[in-house]
Amino acid sequence: MLRGLWTLTWLEIKIFVREPLGVIGTLVIPVVFVALGRLFGRAARMESPGVRDLVTIDLPILASIFIALGAVLSLVTIVSIYRESGILKRLRATPLRPHTILTAHVLSKLAFTALTLAAMAVAGRRFIPDGMQGPFVAFGIALIISTVSIVSMGFLIASIVPTARFAQPIGTLILYPMVGLAGLFVPVEALPPALRAVSRFVPFTYVVSLLRGIWRGEGWIAHSGDLAALALVFLICTVVSARVFRWE
Amino acid sequence: MQPPPVITVSAIRKTYGRTVAIDDISFDVNLGEIFGLIGPNGAGKTTTMECVEGLRVPDRGSISVLGLDPVREVYALQDRIGVQLQQAQLQKRIKVREAVNLWISLYRRPVDGNRLLDQLGLGEKRNAWFMTLSGGQKQRLFIALALINDPEVVFLDELTTGLDPQARRAIWELVRGIRARGKTVFLTTHLMEEAERLCDRVAIIDHGHIVDIGTPAELIRRHCPEQTVVVATDDASAEARFRLIPSVQSVSTHDGRVSIRGGDDELVTQVIRCVAEHRMNVTDFRTERSTLEDVFLKLTGHSIRD
Repeated sequence: MLRGLWTLTWLEIKIFVREPLGVIGTLVIPVVFVALGRLFGRAARMESPGVRDLVTIDLPILASIFIALGAVLSLVTIVSIYRESGILKRLRATPLRPHTILTAHVLSKLAFTALTLAAMAVAGRRFIPDGMQGPFVAFGIALIISTVSIVSMGFLIASIVPTARFAQPIGTLILYPMVGLAGLFVPVEALPPALRAVSRFVPFTYVVSLLRGIWRGEGWIAHSGDLAALALVFLICTVVSARVFRWE
Repeated sequence: MQPPPVITVSAIRKTYGRTVAIDDISFDVNLGEIFGLIGPNGAGKTTTMECVEGLRVPDRGSISVLGLDPVREVYALQDRIGVQLQQAQLQKRIKVREAVNLWISLYRRPVDGNRLLDQLGLGEKRNAWFMTLSGGQKQRLFIALALINDPEVVFLDELTTGLDPQARRAIWELVRGIRARGKTVFLTTHLMEEAERLCDRVAIIDHGHIVDIGTPAELIRRHCPEQTVVVATDDASAEARFRLIPSVQSVSTHDGRVSIRGGDDELVTQVIRCVAEHRMNVTDFRTERSTLEDVFLKLTGHSIRD
């Protein structure tokens, strides 16, 4: 039963907005980056195909992933702060179901991720090069699927970090190296065999493959493997964190 | 005939790893009473209470609250009880009004939130962030949240810890008001004065075991029946005369004050009679009764503050 879900979600959104740093990190900084990009980016001409690919395909994906990661890290931090200060326990001693409390946090993070992306898209509208008329809706859906999967990893981390102080650094230490192996900076094929094997187990590999494919206009069927992998990640992380999650 | 108990706890035990937090805890809480679980920090008060609330699962034993099993029927139970947790917090930047509205959205038959806030003296703080409230205001908000569903049983865990004496007295009044509306209150405290003034019955808990249960007066009579009458008089024969009273155990004089100790309810009457009979000139007269604190010391062999 989801009694209280919308009330709590809306409340968490409002509370987050009241946190000055949260707003700056979520909305202001990404927009500032776009503005900076507009200032300096005009100099970068898209003459070589390499640069063009980088700017039109990998840059939006990188930005999206980092925004999703930021949201997930803030989720990990919030959950551990809530646990440490007894907020989770207090909420649990009401008819609120545990999954309602957690779903509210995920929804509020998804809302902010969407808002940040929208803000960036609007701010950078005129900066988008001609060749970049990506399928925004499909990409948005792919990004939501990816984010939900990343969020489930975040929850697993939130379930096991001992204190709020460690939440952010541990989350960063686990998540960012994963992105490094995901084939965004260095193609998976170009990695040494050992790392290539590792990258197979990095959920971000499938996120990058899915987002890149959808952004290039490829179909969902072609990426059913990525979708299955992300669903599996979500399933495993949710089941494990449901078992090890501590409320206090 | 007395109605059945609202809470029945039978022989529950809870361990954390190899530490036994509570063992063989049994007690009943009756309809409409303020029942206190008293003992030092770490005695097992909160563990016991959280088992009764359904927040923890005891390893052994059984609990019934309003006829419900707190483990299997926790959601049905949560609709009918109100809970205030020890050291609970809310989101720093949640407004008082928002917290109340969230709670209201969770229950089937909520009370009027605004009226409740007014009753608890938080009407002016409606739009204040949680982090800006004082300790007493936070506790009153938690009491408000515990009362939002018009619960049949209210659980209050160490609710006046960390409050100044004035705020503490105000909270006591609130708790008496809850009882006056026919609710049952189950509270824990390590403050013996609080237990003595507030509770109809108390269970003394120490090292995870219940030591004794009864009304504060019963416990005092049972374990520390002695009382002392102090009489200030310049009558030189006073000490000798008091010694002749049958129930007196000892008499001593210090600075013109005669302390008469005895173990009988009749002691005070007998001393007064003796004073009157011998027309003693008395400038001060007071009685010193034992307190729950003395009972605790006697039963456990250590002070509650140790």
